[in-house]
Amino acid sequence: MLAEGFVTSAAIAASVLFVLSLGGLSNQEKAKRAVWYGIVGMAIAVVFTASGPGIGAYWLMLPMIAIGSVIGWVVAKRVHMTEMPQLVAALHSFVGLAAVFVAWNADLERIRVLAAEGAEAADFSAFAALVATKDQAELTFLQLEIIFAIFIGAVTFTGSVVAFGKLAGKLDGKAWQLPGGHMLNAASAALCLVLAIAYLSGAGFWTLLVLAALAFFIGWHLITGIGGADMPVVVSMLNSYSGWAAAAIGFTLSNDLLIVTGALVGSSGAILSYIMCKAMNRKFINVILGGFGNEKSQAADIEGEQTAIEADGVAAMLDEADSVVIVPGYGMAVAQAQQAVSELTRKLRAKGKAVRFAIHPVAGRLPGHMNVLLAEAKVPYDIVLEMDEINDDFPDTDVAIVIGSNDIVNPAAQDDPGSPIAGMPVLEVWKAKNVVVLKRGQGAGYSGIENPLFFKENTHMLYGDAKGSIDKLVALVE
Amino acid sequence: MKIGAPTEIMPGEARVAMTPDSARQIIKLGHECLVQSGAGAKAGFDDDAYREAGVEVVKDADALWKGADIVVKVREPSEDEAKKLRSGQTLISLFWPAQNEDLVKLCEAQGATVIAMDMVPRISRAQKMDALSSMANIAGYRAVIEAGANFGRFFTGQVTAAGKVPPAKVMVIGAGVAGLAAIGTATSLGAIVRAFDVRPEVAEQIESMGAEFLMLDFSDDMSGEGGYAKPASKEFIEKEMELFRQQAPEVDIVITTALIPGRPAPKLWPEEMVKLMKPGSVIVDLAAEKGGNCDLTVPDEKIVTDNGVTIVGYTDFPSRMATQSSTLYSTNIRHMLTDLTPNKDGEIVHNMDDDVIRGVTVTRDGHLTFPPPPPKQQAIAQQPPKEKPREPTQAERYAAELEAFRKDTRAQVTLLAAGGALMLLLGAIAPASFLQHFIVFVLACFVGFQVIWGVSHSLHTPLMAVTNAISGIIILGAILQIGSGNWVVVTLAAISVLIATINIVGGFVVTRRMLAMFQKS
Repeated sequence: MLAEGFVTSAAIAASVLFVLSLGGLSNQEKAKRAVWYGIVGMAIAVVFTASGPGIGAYWLMLPMIAIGSVIGWVVAKRVHMTEMPQLVAALHSFVGLAAVFVAWNADLERIRVLAAEGAEAADFSAFAALVATKDQAELTFLQLEIIFAIFIGAVTFTGSVVAFGKLAGKLDGKAWQLPGGHMLNAASAALCLVLAIAYLSGAGFWTLLVLAALAFFIGWHLITGIGGADMPVVVSMLNSYSGWAAAAIGFTLSNDLLIVTGALVGSSGAILSYIMCKAMNRKFINVILGGFGNEKSQAADIEGEQTAIEADGVAAMLDEADSVVIVPGYGMAVAQAQQAVSELTRKLRAKGKAVRFAIHPVAGRLPGHMNVLLAEAKVPYDIVLEMDEINDDFPDTDVAIVIGSNDIVNPAAQDDPGSPIAGMPVLEVWKAKNVVVLKRGQGAGYSGIENPLFFKENTHMLYGDAKGSIDKLVALVE
Repeated sequence: MKIGAPTEIMPGEARVAMTPDSARQIIKLGHECLVQSGAGAKAGFDDDAYREAGVEVVKDADALWKGADIVVKVREPSEDEAKKLRSGQTLISLFWPAQNEDLVKLCEAQGATVIAMDMVPRISRAQKMDALSSMANIAGYRAVIEAGANFGRFFTGQVTAAGKVPPAKVMVIGAGVAGLAAIGTATSLGAIVRAFDVRPEVAEQIESMGAEFLMLDFSDDMSGEGGYAKPASKEFIEKEMELFRQQAPEVDIVITTALIPGRPAPKLWPEEMVKLMKPGSVIVDLAAEKGGNCDLTVPDEKIVTDNGVTIVGYTDFPSRMATQSSTLYSTNIRHMLTDLTPNKDGEIVHNMDDDVIRGVTVTRDGHLTFPPPPPKQQAIAQQPPKEKPREPTQAERYAAELEAFRKDTRAQVTLLAAGGALMLLLGAIAPASFLQHFIVFVLACFVGFQVIWGVSHSLHTPLMAVTNAISGIIILGAILQIGSGNWVVVTLAAISVLIATINIVGGFVVTRRMLAMFQKS
């Protein structure tokens, strides 16, 4: 059993390691070391806290940790890289649920400590012992913190579950809401406030249960109302919430390490959400209040026809090209085409052609999703470029290949002020000499917005499953 | 058909309308070629070379004019020459029909067909016959060479053991073909080149040749028909003069190439400008033949003014490079003949429905066909004037920066004041222990914001996975509670430990997996 001082100094070490771990992600090489900082930091935090004063029930805790480790290990090893967004969302839900449980516990302990007034403090476990030392004002704040932790944790939990369902295709990706829409959310939030006040005035534990139920509803209803195309923002927002939930628990338990870590994670998620929103030129509040993708588009009608092309035509085009830019989108992930794309890239590069990748910040369903998929397929990261780095090069590009992306290459964002995505920064593929679009069929994409790119004269449509089409191309490019 | 090239009789004219090379190509079209003895001598082509190419060399002009069905020339014919034309004969040469009305009438009376090489419309298809452009190109080049010959310094700046030499500053007025050629030549010799033109749309061409475009802040569109400029308004000229007044003392060499079709050359460089220039400076006036852009220009002569400025007013720049210009001009003529002989069988088909052929035909079999109707095809697509963003001045930029800084400061101060007030409010009701934790929380948020901005975009997914793993820190809360005496608390804490562990291990493992995949090529 370690003294309190040891546990605190371990917490300081762990906080520093966590900051280094996040900061190390500034480039690919440093990142590999940075993860180890995180792992070591976590190990120190858990080991020292568990061996601190007043901790019991090791017979239960250790098996739980062992089982959890095995499950986590197996899931993480088995998951496909294309399923990364679902996994991240699912893991967020765990943090949310744990936060709710811990907050409930905190209140139960509070009640127990108050009931056992006068009893020996030594009977209490670590947290209860701490509660016992608190005065009246501190106990009121403790209650406030519990409310926050439950609310945020519950919203994170159901929100993440819905996001997981949508990303995994288990729920319909379209934005959908109960009749009443955001009024229902607002009403629930108001009710939560009433319950919170009741709880603070001493209404008992049941208020917390109802509060959690209402917050569960809000989390579920809020995220079902957001379309699949906005998932990158949703996932990073939930990431942020899971951090704030941890920080709120930290306040409840008066644990600085939890507060610091929660704040780091919370601000990280907030920044990611901000970056994503900026990349789509939309206000954060506008994304969260949703409705995107279901509106009837008032965009200008598009005239012209889509020109279809066969794989051999594309192969001939690639044969003549000197510079090729590939623009991957969610369609590449869905079709699991990244290996085929990598093979095509390798062949084209072997023939001395300059092949590069253009990644839009919101391509895919997770920030940086495309980078991870391409890395998995062993595409070297130095030919994978960001939008700002490559957008000026399109006029000098011979062939731009668009694989399963739609909105991020939509010229209407620049040309048509009536378009729902007007003003969103997009990859200007249409400036390339030839554009090949790989697409499953005619019709609008995930977000339901028509894309004038498909009707341009220099655009050729290669219909069919992305993986099949690229496999054919790989065979033809010799 | 017999195609014949006589010796040019205009004094000083060294060019010839047919070279041995062009003759070979013309013979391939099924024609026969004649050349007057000695016609190519000044351009460096002797009679033997022509004979070798299969050209019949005739001894004098009379024999040539009699023998040829089509006479090809460089300069417009003199009166004597025109009188030699006969009915059914064709003359191809530079002709300037608008300026030479008497000559047109004479040829019409002689019953001949006249094709004017200067009337080739400016459309893409006809570029290969555009003799004016090919001659202007030579003139532009030669103007720089003449300027260099009369200029006492290097073009390029040099730092030598014997001292530093500043680069010459060249100003080109008028960015037509000649102007652009002059810009190209002067920049490749190493000079600093500035160019001015009344048509703002040529700015790109000027900059592509490596010169700086002197922008005039004026909104009139000065582009006329067929890619030429049109006369300027009074206000415009005043602005222009102001600009030139600034430039005159600075530049060492001025090359003027401004011409407006069918009018005397505009006076762009009055005496006042010449006086402003440094001694030793050179002006080359390519418009000398049409009266000159400079007031002091004397056509066909080189003069030196009282203040030591050399003004070159030669009108025969292409002729001074006779070999080169003959080669280009004869190729233009050959292309014209190719268009006139569509079946390559030596038979001329004078297709008046063809825009180019209609345009160049001045008289046909003794009938006047000048001036031609406007071509069906637009010469050069009319470009909408481009809005050039105005460069903000130093002061404006400074003011804008200051304004942005002030705005920023105001926003930040407001935010800090509001935050501070909120903190004070909180401090009034919150217990001290809470505030201690709150400090930690706020600082951690700041650290988080600073650190995360540095994360590269391609690592955003690993970042989410890592933060995910780290947010499993919530396990600490569960650990602290699991030793409780209440079985509900123990159960909930146990479940929390379980799922938080899944989160931690899963998050870290998957991050490691992802990062291991990133590799450099």
